[in-house]
Amino acid sequence: MAAGSTYTPIATTTLGSAQASYTFSSISGSYTDLILVIAGTLNSSSSVYIQCNSDTGSNYSRTYLQGNGTSATSGRDSSQTYAALGYLNSTAQGNCIFQFQNYSNATTYKTILCRAGAADDLTRAMVGLWRSTSAITSILVAPVSGSFATGTTLTLYGIAAA
Amino acid sequence: MNPILGIVASSISGSLNASSYESIQTVTVGAGGQSSISFTSIPATYKHLQIRALARTDRASNPQDFLQIRYNSDTGANYAYHSLYGNGASAGGNDTGTSTANPWSAIVAASTATASVFGTFVADLVDYTNTNKYKTLRSLSGIDNNDTNGRLYFQSNLWQNTAAVSTITIQPVYGTNFVQYSSFALYGVKG
Repeated sequence: MAAGSTYTPIATTTLGSAQASYTFSSISGSYTDLILVIAGTLNSSSSVYIQCNSDTGSNYSRTYLQGNGTSATSGRDSSQTYAALGYLNSTAQGNCIFQFQNYSNATTYKTILCRAGAADDLTRAMVGLWRSTSAITSILVAPVSGSFATGTTLTLYGIAAA
Repeated sequence: MNPILGIVASSISGSLNASSYESIQTVTVGAGGQSSISFTSIPATYKHLQIRALARTDRASNPQDFLQIRYNSDTGANYAYHSLYGNGASAGGNDTGTSTANPWSAIVAASTATASVFGTFVADLVDYTNTNKYKTLRSLSGIDNNDTNGRLYFQSNLWQNTAAVSTITIQPVYGTNFVQYSSFALYGVKG
């Protein structure tokens, strides 16, 4: 039986000025999955990374697939200090959508999916790993270089399974 | 009205109301594993379905496995799939030809992946009650293992049947069981 509606905005912000990073903190463990949606631009082209629970250790990795209008490529990075899963640039309104499945379980490492792109530049899909069994209680998101531009929106949703 | 932009891998466009997305069933695998996951008696009151999962199988000697999603207990060669993937070194694709009984629907982790690593996927089954169309599912799935075994897959599946989907069965393609802590959740999206 259906358990009723579930796709709940947890927190949202529209940046009033350029900002190098944004943190969703004190995330409730009462959902099953989290979805982070970023819509906007940067002041220069860059991957957009996440860090969970303020962990700045070399505990992240990623595998990606992207197309730039000419070719499709794939790459990977291991033992990084962040998971660079998204992508935005300065010239096209783009978006990054991160999927955190079972983010509050304390048994598995956290595998994260992301789709991102800027229509005049490239489209990208990524899978990332945070090698920690801790429940995710905060997410920092930031460009690898540069800043989020004014007007960029960041919204965190929670989905609760029956 | 809350714009929902987070339904990845979905053909759904525009804005949805948060109240149009409902949890239907969830299965979490316990100790000892489970050979298949079944969502049965799926209500026909939604427009689309979404499956969200975290999974790992017991496939021997491999860090990855695939899972297959089939409908209404149909185990015949009535399915087809196409894949676009990245393996960390190159992009590629594959398909099954015209028909198979074992459609690759998503990639997940398997026995030689690092302990505690699970694959994850989001899959959308669109217009699942329409009796005039074959049913199409598409998914985004991935596993990263902090080494060369990371894989990311876009997959499109076809079930060559016009029946409304009332049952969904998910099984490993190569492994025997999903291992403990694998979790599968079914959601409905209203039209």
